[in-house]
Amino acid sequence: MNGFEQFRDKEHVKTLVQKLHTIYPGGELKLMEVCGTHTMAIARYGLRELMPKGLHLISGPGCPVCVTPSSIINASIGLAALPGTVIVTFGDMMRVPGSEKSLENLKAEGADIRVIYSVLDMIEMAQKERKKRFVFISVGFETTTPGTALVISEAESRGLDNVFFLVANRLVVPALHALCTSEDIQIDGFLCPGHVSVIIGYGAYREIADKYGVPCVVAGFEPVDILMAIIDIAARVSSHTAGVGNAYGRAVTAKGNTRAQDIMRKVFNTVDAEWRGIGLIPESGLALQEEYERFDALKFFDVPLVSKPDPKGCRCGDVLKGVIIPPECALFGKKCTPTSPVGPCMVSSEGSCAAYYKYGD
Amino acid sequence: MCLAIPGKLITVDGMMGIVELGGVRRKTSLQLVPEAVAGDYVLVHAGFAIQVIDAQEARQTLEIFNEYFSTLEEEVEGGK
Amino acid sequence: MKEERILLTHGGGGRAARDLLEEIIVPIFDNPVLDRMEDSSPLPKEAVGLVMTTDSYVVKPLFFPGGDIGKLAVCGTVNDLATAGARPVALSVGLVIEEGFLVEDLKKVLSSMKDTADAVPVPLITGDTKVVERGRGDGVYISTTGVGEVPEEIRLAPERIEPGDVVLINGPIGNHEASIICARNDFSIGAPVKSDCAPLYSLMRSVLDFVPETKCARDATRGGLAAVLTEIVESSGCGITIEENAVPVDDAVQGICEMLGMDPLFMANEGKMVIIVPEDKAEICLHAMDQVSGRGQSRIIGRVHDRTPRLTVHTPYGTSRIITLPVGTQFPRIC
Repeated sequence: MNGFEQFRDKEHVKTLVQKLHTIYPGGELKLMEVCGTHTMAIARYGLRELMPKGLHLISGPGCPVCVTPSSIINASIGLAALPGTVIVTFGDMMRVPGSEKSLENLKAEGADIRVIYSVLDMIEMAQKERKKRFVFISVGFETTTPGTALVISEAESRGLDNVFFLVANRLVVPALHALCTSEDIQIDGFLCPGHVSVIIGYGAYREIADKYGVPCVVAGFEPVDILMAIIDIAARVSSHTAGVGNAYGRAVTAKGNTRAQDIMRKVFNTVDAEWRGIGLIPESGLALQEEYERFDALKFFDVPLVSKPDPKGCRCGDVLKGVIIPPECALFGKKCTPTSPVGPCMVSSEGSCAAYYKYGD
Repeated sequence: MCLAIPGKLITVDGMMGIVELGGVRRKTSLQLVPEAVAGDYVLVHAGFAIQVIDAQEARQTLEIFNEYFSTLEEEVEGGK
Repeated sequence: MKEERILLTHGGGGRAARDLLEEIIVPIFDNPVLDRMEDSSPLPKEAVGLVMTTDSYVVKPLFFPGGDIGKLAVCGTVNDLATAGARPVALSVGLVIEEGFLVEDLKKVLSSMKDTADAVPVPLITGDTKVVERGRGDGVYISTTGVGEVPEEIRLAPERIEPGDVVLINGPIGNHEASIICARNDFSIGAPVKSDCAPLYSLMRSVLDFVPETKCARDATRGGLAAVLTEIVESSGCGITIEENAVPVDDAVQGICEMLGMDPLFMANEGKMVIIVPEDKAEICLHAMDQVSGRGQSRIIGRVHDRTPRLTVHTPYGTSRIITLPVGTQFPRIC
């Protein structure tokens, strides 16, 4: 269809799987991916079935929906209840439960909640419906953040007064640090998120590889891409050379997209942030720079951020850290199912639990 | 957070363009890839092109299979 | 009747309502039974082995590439009858029209119903019209009830399927939902995709003529191919395996799914029938389907493989994944 089908080609996949089995050093190896899209791709293509015995692919905290604190969801629900406000969100957030409800529940109750594909669409809406106040639930990692930053910058230069942002964006590398310094996990290699890396560059992982001696290889999302990255990591483990690799050469460079990095820095600064299920990770979140503060939904509407701990028995945190796999949670498939999710990992289509439930093991 | 698709940039109009994938077209912001020209393949995420895809690199990646394939053949033959 | 738009009085049972019926609605359907405008209408005397089905149509937008709510209202009900192997004998229609709806648009919708019904063919023999206040309806909602006649020797039911049976479909999936997504323009996507909305009676008649041993048929509507196969799996207690590569998906639908992060297996259709036949009848069944859908459209997509109720998809890579029904409609995603 577009010339990239080769990266899904089944003969290529067969060759790569054979190669992986040939070079695999043996023993137990835990490789973690930290990207919801990787979680889905691995499940969708059934890649775990193709791994050599002992090579485990673990899902980490890669789904911005899963790691967005319930306080943010609760705040969006609070904002939606204010007259004349429109909540604008990516589809991913619609079913995530806050402490009591989700945005989808609220829509059914009559709130004006709109799903968009691109935050650019919100600007168009805001210009057409001047009397309404539009609040965008801003989530995402570095793949998404530059686009949002551009829109905020644009809103500033156009003097828009009816758009606001509930900022919950997160950064990947600080999370990798937190994972590597956590006592309960042992990770032998990271499959680094391909599209985040398009923005930040593969050089960004050097500090992880060097400090912790854990190989970091950037992977794309087609079966060929993921297998090539796994082969690279396995080879590095074999030869005891950690370091950083790039198996997504057609999209990722060492430096990344500097223009995107600049716009992120212009609009946002780094703050400590809470990750649902994990807790506080220093310097891992973003907040609006002072000159853009008027777009901050929480400040403008004076809505508090109220946190409640996730329900008893919920082990999303352990799943997100890769300490357990979803079936090991006592609630999985019993009290916690896609129709009645307890925690975010089951709600988000990228959540590890939803992926396991949907695609089986 | 990584759902981005490779599409062909069909037209460029200032900082916006139309990207096509399988006959499907969508207007896309080019502000993050101002160097992109019509005919390029770009990665699009949530309405923004985030990278121009390097066709040469894509070819090189695919060439690596041939390498793998031929080394596998050697290994198989060597084992006989 | 001079009005350009439907008024509340048109639903009031008085002169205005009568005018709407006599001057607009009944003439479009052009049907001797309906012309009598009685409160109830007789079914054909000869009809035996009767089955009945009903459905309501609330699609938005009302007009989309490949069809409209009128066409949908006839096809949906005719297709439900077809899954039982029934020949449609009569349809009824209930209209709930929003005050202010353009009479021209109403005529378009009704003409569409008439044309679709004639193509099957099935007469529309009775109906009802109501008007609701502006703001209480999306232009028009339509309910249709269909009565069909099933030959004695035909019994289509999921309970009849058994391991070894083959699963077929009459064409590519996801086109209807994809066309609605484009027509709604919420995501500013343009694509050359049309709804597959179509009546499937002639398809089923051909299949049953060539393969009277057909076990089961279901039309894949909301929730897509995955939903209908899950239903069959649950009703039959059997496991079904689908070959991912064998399921036809148009490039444009694939493109929309890739862009929005959706899965074609769960996308709605309005002209797709899943048919299950004994293994030795698979080729003949394909031939029967080709007679109606055109050569090469229909495919064998999988088989019933055991008695563990589970829907499995074989990927092109030799791996498998289990499909379960999603909670609700898919939202586009960025992650």
